[in-house]
Amino acid sequence: MLTVEGLVGGYGAADEVVKGVGLTVAPGEILTVIGPNGAGKSTALKLVSGLLRCKAGSVRLGESDLSSLDPQGRAREGLVFVPQERNVFGALTIAENLDIGAYLEPARSHERARDVYARFPLLAERRGKAAGALSGGQRQTLAMAIALMASPRVLLLDEPTAALAPKPAAEIFKAIRGLADEGIAILMVEQNALAALAMSDRALVMVDGRVAMDGEAQAMRQDPEVRRAFLGGRA
Amino acid sequence: MATYIVFILAIAAVYALLAQSLVLVWGQSGMVNLGLVGFFAIGAYASALVTTDLAAPVVIGLVCALVAGALVGLAVTLSTLRLRDDYLAIVTLGFAEVVRIVASNEIWLTNGTDGIAGIPSLFDRSGGLWFHVKFAVAATLVCLLAGILISRLSRSPWGRVLRAIRDDQVVAAVAGKRVVRYKAEAFMIGSAIAALAGALYGSYISYIAPDLFQPLITIYVFLAATAGGNSRAIGATIGAYLLVAWLEASRFLGEIVPGVSAVQVAALREITVGLALVLVLRFAPGGLFREKNEKAPHAN
Repeated sequence: MLTVEGLVGGYGAADEVVKGVGLTVAPGEILTVIGPNGAGKSTALKLVSGLLRCKAGSVRLGESDLSSLDPQGRAREGLVFVPQERNVFGALTIAENLDIGAYLEPARSHERARDVYARFPLLAERRGKAAGALSGGQRQTLAMAIALMASPRVLLLDEPTAALAPKPAAEIFKAIRGLADEGIAILMVEQNALAALAMSDRALVMVDGRVAMDGEAQAMRQDPEVRRAFLGGRA
Repeated sequence: MATYIVFILAIAAVYALLAQSLVLVWGQSGMVNLGLVGFFAIGAYASALVTTDLAAPVVIGLVCALVAGALVGLAVTLSTLRLRDDYLAIVTLGFAEVVRIVASNEIWLTNGTDGIAGIPSLFDRSGGLWFHVKFAVAATLVCLLAGILISRLSRSPWGRVLRAIRDDQVVAAVAGKRVVRYKAEAFMIGSAIAALAGALYGSYISYIAPDLFQPLITIYVFLAATAGGNSRAIGATIGAYLLVAWLEASRFLGEIVPGVSAVQVAALREITVGLALVLVLRFAPGGLFREKNEKAPHAN
């Protein structure tokens, strides 16, 4: 269980983009964070991942307090962040990208890679090609595959379908749902809110650095206020 | 003439070692170390001081140069942790100038601009041509060993992480890699190799002074690595040999091109080096020996 309490922080010492966010994500659960631009969604994710330093608050994974760890340390504990853009190593081949992700158990990297290739056959077909030559959807798939090589307990996904056409976006969502069904906890920030809520278990609305609403994703999807304010629909 | 050619081969081996020192730091990790000549000088002075003032054997001088280069490389890495790209290049360029200025002014230690003379060599200097041959062979062997070491490191999982850091160090960090540690290790190895080159150079020509360590050497070595291929030891090595061959051959431009003065010949040499680089980058953008990806294993 990922437990975040009272998270405060931003990009500078005096910066408070996120002003006290708390959330929990259970194994096998998808929690999607939605909200207007500038609400602090991606910043919150970076604070959880350790890429940004928290001014206050705590991040715990099970019984372990990860608050004082850097991104590498958190990744080694099973909290793996997948950035929105520039999330693969373009000059390396797909196989090399996957090897970079396998650090917890290098001896099992081949076995892990085989599992990942079985899950994403397209990556297996192109494993000798440079990652920089992949399309947007394929890159996103590879980014998740790199994260999977580390046997994560929690995946932090920053807008995994950003700039993708509807079909590859749907494939990415399907893959994410599949990962959650295998027991991985997923905390996701997503602009494509309607589609994200459709495959999520719970949702959280952030406004101005704070949690404005929290609840079941399907209920939130039907909520007239949420639809009007954040989903582009009518009440 | 034979002595001259062997001398050129020996100097080319030293330049090749310098170019190889860029492979892990620049080619594989993406850190632009324009302070290369500073590490070259550190190695030359460390070895010279140990072998002259302390009368230590030359081999001990070479080891001291390696250690000094690695330690100073670590210090430079730790003081430039937050810097990347142009900023790292500027700071390291400044570092090399600081080394030269300190060597010029700390007379009690380095003998200032008078330099240090009578540096012992690996081999007996009275051997004439054989002295040069022995040194050229020894320097070439060191170059070969360093090249093999760098190639093996590049192909190892450690080298793969360096290339990942070069691509994007944030992604490497969130993938669990200790970015600072890897960068420091690469920089230390590169600095130690550059320092070893300095120690070999000093022991060969038996005299060092601050003026021998001008920034132009760094630029030449970068040109060599760029032309040969900066991410492979073989590329950097071949680039260095080609550069030295061209710099020496172009001394005779005055005899081929009529009506040019000695000063104009010197300028022509620089122009032709630049022109050759432009042509290489135009027709072989990654250098003569481009980076190779690892062969992907079977998916099953």
